[in-house]
Amino acid sequence: MPEGETTAAVALGDVSVAFRLAGDGRYTAVERASLRVADGEFVAIVGPTGCGKSTLLNVAAGLVPPSSGSVDVFGSPLAALNRQAGYLFQADALFPWKTALENVAIGLETAGTPQGEARPRAQDWLKRVGLGTFGDRYPHMLSGGQRKRVGLAQVLIRDPKILLMDEPFGPLDAQTRQIMGNLLLDLWSADRKAVLFVTHDLEEAIALSDRVVIMSAGPAARIIGDWKVPLTRPRDIGEVKLDRVFNELHREIWHRLKTEVIKGYAQAEGGV
Amino acid sequence: MKSRAQLLAMQIAVAVVGIALWYALTTYPVFGHIVLPPFFFSNPVDVAAQIVAWFATGVIWKHLWVTLEESILAFVIGSCGGVMVGFWFARQPRTAAVFDPYVKMVNALPRVVLAPIFTLWLGLGIWSKVALGVTLVFFIVFFNVYQGVKEVSPTVLANARMLGMNERQLMRHVYWPSALSWMFSSLHTSVGFAVVGAVVGEYLGSAAGLGYLIQQAEGVFDVAGVFAGMFVLAAFVIVIDTVVSVVEKRLLVWRPVVEDR
Repeated sequence: MPEGETTAAVALGDVSVAFRLAGDGRYTAVERASLRVADGEFVAIVGPTGCGKSTLLNVAAGLVPPSSGSVDVFGSPLAALNRQAGYLFQADALFPWKTALENVAIGLETAGTPQGEARPRAQDWLKRVGLGTFGDRYPHMLSGGQRKRVGLAQVLIRDPKILLMDEPFGPLDAQTRQIMGNLLLDLWSADRKAVLFVTHDLEEAIALSDRVVIMSAGPAARIIGDWKVPLTRPRDIGEVKLDRVFNELHREIWHRLKTEVIKGYAQAEGGV
Repeated sequence: MKSRAQLLAMQIAVAVVGIALWYALTTYPVFGHIVLPPFFFSNPVDVAAQIVAWFATGVIWKHLWVTLEESILAFVIGSCGGVMVGFWFARQPRTAAVFDPYVKMVNALPRVVLAPIFTLWLGLGIWSKVALGVTLVFFIVFFNVYQGVKEVSPTVLANARMLGMNERQLMRHVYWPSALSWMFSSLHTSVGFAVVGAVVGEYLGSAAGLGYLIQQAEGVFDVAGVFAGMFVLAAFVIVIDTVVSVVEKRLLVWRPVVEDR
């Protein structure tokens, strides 16, 4: 920490990630990315499709080790899985053989909380995400949005210090995304965790976060921009988009992002 | 509701027509000769009389019980073995790689050729039949459990780890349910093969069971007995299959139901 300020919840220092391809090739997903997320800060990472945003998130989670660079969590280097973090995945990650209630309770039960205590707390969380009467449903009986709500409860019940989210609302329709965004802000404002939120939707990023970080098109994606979001909280996702400040910021960031998105498409079509 | 009753009526009609044809062709001459000679095809009345006689005297129960016992034992032992080895191989890729050619070899072998050896080793009692059934059930369960452990969704696995599960908890909450779901989805096949193993084993050499009954009847050209044995066996399998369906429905309640029509 060069400036000697307060310890960051997550600090990535010059992180590069390369994967070995079949054969002898190497694919560099992320190159020399540095990012600090302060405690209680909501940071969104935006970038074109396939730019390595998710890879960066997996590095912060400890699921993917960086090829070089440092990962610090609350000041101490991350060696294995990030135990302080909760991770909300893009794809369906609920256990299909467990009911909604069991899915939410499992994170407590694995940590040794007896079932008799974990279940009522899980029920409480289901109520907080608006699914109080859905505890006995299996994931396949729930809609996409409801599954995301269960996922959110499953992660938050463990009270992680850091929340990592990988395009969590990506597969949902526009209205549901807005409702889920407001729900997320609502839950987050209760105890302000550090959040790292990956998305390809710039509007969503600005509406939700305190800071927006832009990544360049891959391969070897870098962080190329960092904007503070000067919007007041509490916010309503639907209303904030009508704000003048929102629109100016959106125009400014989009101007920078656009060239990367075009580059990303060109590469995808070129078969890289 | 109406379509269901209609369907049932049509299903019964098929049986009635089939039996009527069988009866007519074995009893009444067509253009001077009988199309299905009763010596080879018996006739429905004799077959029904034989089945009634078996149940009236009660001899059939002993044979049914023996076949059931062999099937259950074969299923339980084969499943346990399949689950254990499947799990072991899936978690130890190196072991799996070493044994792979042998597994393929044994699986490719038509199991019937093993029956005489099992009879030689285990005698004419139930265990030689159980052994034959086990060799059939084992591989089905083994391959399914192996697949089930291998094909756990990487996202679900990553989620489980992020939720703080250790290796033992992963086993219990992720690998085990996934493997079982694959095993249960092949329940009909594996139970069916347990019965096949038992009946074929009995047929090739035994002192009791449905296979034995059919084989005995065949030995004295009692075609009515053979047909009667086949019908009892078919009914037996349908009953077992129904039980399996009920069990399956209970166990896989978390699975999406495929709309069947």
